[in-house]
Amino acid sequence: MSSCTIYKRELSSYFSQPTAYAIIVIFLVLSMGLAFSFGKFMTVGDASLEWTFFFWQPWIYMLLAPAVGMRLWADEQRTGTIELLGTFPVSTWSAIVGKFFAAATVWLVALLLTFPIVITVNYLGDPDNGAILAGYIGSFLVCCTFLAITMLVSACTRDQVVCLIVSVAICVTMVLCGYDDFTRELGKAASPGAVEAVVSMGVWDHFSSLNQGLLRLQDLVWFASFIFVCLLGTSAILSSKRA
Amino acid sequence: MIEVESLTKQFGSKIAVNNLSFTVKKGEVLGFLGPNGAGKSTTMRMITGFFPPTSGDARVCGISIVDNPAEAKTKIGYLPESAPLYNDMTVTGFLKFCASIRGLNGSAKKDAVERAIETCFLNSVALQSIDTLSKGYRHRTCLAQALLHDPEVLILDEPTDGLDPNQKFEVRQLIKRLGQTKAILFSTHILEEVEASCTRAVIVDRGVIVADGTPSELLAQSGTGSLTDLFRAVTSSDTEVAA
Repeated sequence: MSSCTIYKRELSSYFSQPTAYAIIVIFLVLSMGLAFSFGKFMTVGDASLEWTFFFWQPWIYMLLAPAVGMRLWADEQRTGTIELLGTFPVSTWSAIVGKFFAAATVWLVALLLTFPIVITVNYLGDPDNGAILAGYIGSFLVCCTFLAITMLVSACTRDQVVCLIVSVAICVTMVLCGYDDFTRELGKAASPGAVEAVVSMGVWDHFSSLNQGLLRLQDLVWFASFIFVCLLGTSAILSSKRA
Repeated sequence: MIEVESLTKQFGSKIAVNNLSFTVKKGEVLGFLGPNGAGKSTTMRMITGFFPPTSGDARVCGISIVDNPAEAKTKIGYLPESAPLYNDMTVTGFLKFCASIRGLNGSAKKDAVERAIETCFLNSVALQSIDTLSKGYRHRTCLAQALLHDPEVLILDEPTDGLDPNQKFEVRQLIKRLGQTKAILFSTHILEEVEASCTRAVIVDRGVIVADGTPSELLAQSGTGSLTDLFRAVTSSDTEVAA
């Protein structure tokens, strides 16, 4: 119940300030713009949206997702409202869950607003809508993973800018980790085992199979456990700061 | 109502609160006096469950804040020193949020918010955004959230800090009135508040109680009939400690 209260408060806070609107607009401009320009949407004629549209999203999320998540705990610590939250009959975990889902909802709204491209592709061609749905699920899960990382970093600092920079750095690493060009270069310098270890820490492997329409349990488990661990870590950091 | 037993808090090598013990009964208003850095806020933060004590315990209405913090927090209304608020909310919105967190719903929530607004004289700013409020109104809004659920125990950290003389008078009268049916612990530097609002006062210095009694007992203890003289006699100033 208290998670719901905090979720509602956080969500209305996002939409009562320019932040959410700015990020949604920028995300829509970038995702659509990249699809039609570098993605060569019209030339390629691929109705699956895999390479033209979904491919760009982790690259956009690694820069923009932290911008939504950076204020989650940094703001509370800076303004002192952490003292209110800490003395309310609300568990830290409820607060973490409420805040996380509020940030995820902002991104869900952003993703849902890309519906024109789905309509376009259905009008122009004959896509596998199941695969497109899987792509959206994968995209949302990547975004939530980055939000969870940002939340963890946000718990460590009062400064939103520091949080943004560190979170972006971690998210960029996670995107590059599994990216083909990067791993090929890495493969020249490191052993196959090491390369595989690095790839498994990145989002590409799990994202691209969802992107192709494959709903593999291991991918869902990877995303879910990564997010869960980050949220647990957030709880541990907040508790230790107060101990 | 509040039983503090051998409460100790250590930050690294610094002992902020040293084996503090006192009680506050229902109908008592205990003034918590002391120089800056004496450990007043730290003590209050431990009693309200913001952070755990290094050792010792505090019981609120018989419930231990260490063993059962969730339940103990439901009995407490807390006004932190910095009167933190969510700047993006209106006064009414913020109080509704706090009421929801406290488990109040429907008409009970509406009545509680109206009552708190009346009690703290917030009628003229009820629909105003918090970031537009003056310091006095901010303080009173934060005090209002402490009163929403009609708690048996009130813990107020410097409730008249930064208020003008009129506002100070109003808050002191409020504390005196509420103190008839609740147990109130409030901290202050302002010695005239002791005689104005308290039934008992405790002077703390460097984490230890150095004086304890009713206002008249403390005045008698001073020898000169001045609380300021007693305060200066039993506490040490920053410059002395540094030397």
